[in-house]
Amino acid sequence: MITIALLTIGETIRKKILWVLIALAVVAVILTAWGVTLVMSAARQAGTSDLQIKLGVSQVLIFIAFQFDFVLAMTAAFLGSPAIAADLESGVAQAVLARPLRRSSYLVGRWLGLATVVALYAALSGLLAIAAVALVSGYTPPNILSPVAYLAGQAIILLTFTIVFSTRLPAIAGGAIAVVAYGIAWLAGVLGHIGIALGTNGLVGVSDLARILLPTDTLWQGVVYGLEPSVVIATIGQAQLAQGNPFFAAEPPPTAFVLWAVAWIVLALGLATVLLRRREL
Amino acid sequence: MPRLSLDVPAIDVTDLRKRYGPIEALAGLTMTVGRGEVFGFLGPNGAGKTTTVKLLLGLARPSGGGGKVLDAPIGDLATRRKIGYLPELFRYQPWLKAREVLTLHAALMGLPGNRRGPEADAALGIVGLSDRADDTVGKFSKGMQQRLGLGVALLGEPALIVLDEPTSALDPVGRVDVRGIIRAAAARGAAVFLNSHLLSEVEQVCDRVAIIDHGRVVASGSLDDVLGQSETQIRVSGLKPSDLPAIERFGPPTLDHDTLSIRPMAGDRVHELVALLVKMGAQVHEVRSGRGSLEQRFLELVARDRSMGGTPSGEHIR
Repeated sequence: MITIALLTIGETIRKKILWVLIALAVVAVILTAWGVTLVMSAARQAGTSDLQIKLGVSQVLIFIAFQFDFVLAMTAAFLGSPAIAADLESGVAQAVLARPLRRSSYLVGRWLGLATVVALYAALSGLLAIAAVALVSGYTPPNILSPVAYLAGQAIILLTFTIVFSTRLPAIAGGAIAVVAYGIAWLAGVLGHIGIALGTNGLVGVSDLARILLPTDTLWQGVVYGLEPSVVIATIGQAQLAQGNPFFAAEPPPTAFVLWAVAWIVLALGLATVLLRRREL
Repeated sequence: MPRLSLDVPAIDVTDLRKRYGPIEALAGLTMTVGRGEVFGFLGPNGAGKTTTVKLLLGLARPSGGGGKVLDAPIGDLATRRKIGYLPELFRYQPWLKAREVLTLHAALMGLPGNRRGPEADAALGIVGLSDRADDTVGKFSKGMQQRLGLGVALLGEPALIVLDEPTSALDPVGRVDVRGIIRAAAARGAAVFLNSHLLSEVEQVCDRVAIIDHGRVVASGSLDDVLGQSETQIRVSGLKPSDLPAIERFGPPTLDHDTLSIRPMAGDRVHELVALLVKMGAQVHEVRSGRGSLEQRFLELVARDRSMGGTPSGEHIR
């Protein structure tokens, strides 16, 4: 399993995927810093108070995180969808799986390698963006590590989701399904927020079901919560309208849900293993 | 790596079957391949050759039957350590260097770290790729990739080497090299299971062969068994069908245009036959005597099998 994981990480390096991701992260961070600088200077010229600037910067940071979250999800789908399918289609898997290597070890090895790359990318980009914003605006989110961890968690869930499909479907089909599912899960999350704001239980129920089936959106709540200044949470956290905003979180995801997200990954890998084991090569 | 006793067959399967939906890819294969033996597995496209290989390696599950490979149940994970395999579709990570592909496989087969490099270099030397060891596989021609695949199959001196169409992408020089490699592997005690439809190749290196068609064995045994007795062919003019009964004492004759064939017929009586034909007033232009080629025999057997709708399954190859 470790051999396959290291091979997979090596593959992303040799294929220059890792370097492209790092370069993209650096570009994104430079643009973020530049944008926040412009916002800061415009706000100071307009005589905006420091508290308001802090609020504004935190919102900009959340929007940047949202953009980055999308890019990360696409990256995860892009990396995960060919992980098994391409090896099976090309014939590379035949030579590898004829060795004393369990299919579960091969699959988990591929997942572990890609999850490491995705997590590294999330950590690098997230931490650099937070550091750049802190440097130019002086705003530091109350919790630095948890939003990055939630970002990485979301990406790993989507990666796992695509790997399940990769055991049976061609790469392009699995990737397309993952992107659509991610979009639906996000939309379901937005509808859930609207449901809370309007007090519509049915909408909230559908949203909760979607979050259980693909637990990416609730982890997004963790990203937002970690990036918000504590004063925002204390001031408007209980307002019903605020709870209807997908870019606001009054509380972090419940621990039970985080545990479910971890269990979801384990179950999905189990399903992928069964699907791969049953596949004739 | 523990050595298996020479009297333990490398492959011993009974009534092995494989069905893909309505298609019966393998309809009851029973065979034994000994240690140190080069076994040719022949058949037209779609006959069930690659299916057999995949079942032996555990890449596919049998629908029925079973058996042992290197004294362990077929598909046994640990036994794969002792098996080298060159797939028909030989593809290796194109972004790896040739040596890295081999060290990867050395790691996957559980060789200790300090042996991986030397084993990889030895395999590269055997297949003639030492000077390309540090080139990425993606830059290799198909022939070089097949050589690399052969190197992967030979890595760590496996007790059983399964080669699925090992020369399909090689030039004549490469084919000669492969024959030498196969003989050398057999000489050190490895069993070689050679899956091929290149009959001349099989004829030159195999100790025993089995011919399959439609998932069934249509002939098996040593080359002498499969090729049968000698045949005499004479290109002749002035011979009438009514003259044939006089020739029957040499063997059953057939006359096709100007070619008189007698099979079986021992070569040591050819001069008597020619003398008789001349005495009968026929003109003899060319005389050929000997065993038919594997290709001829193969075509005959496959045609016969298809006309009969297949022979009974489960013929024991030994």
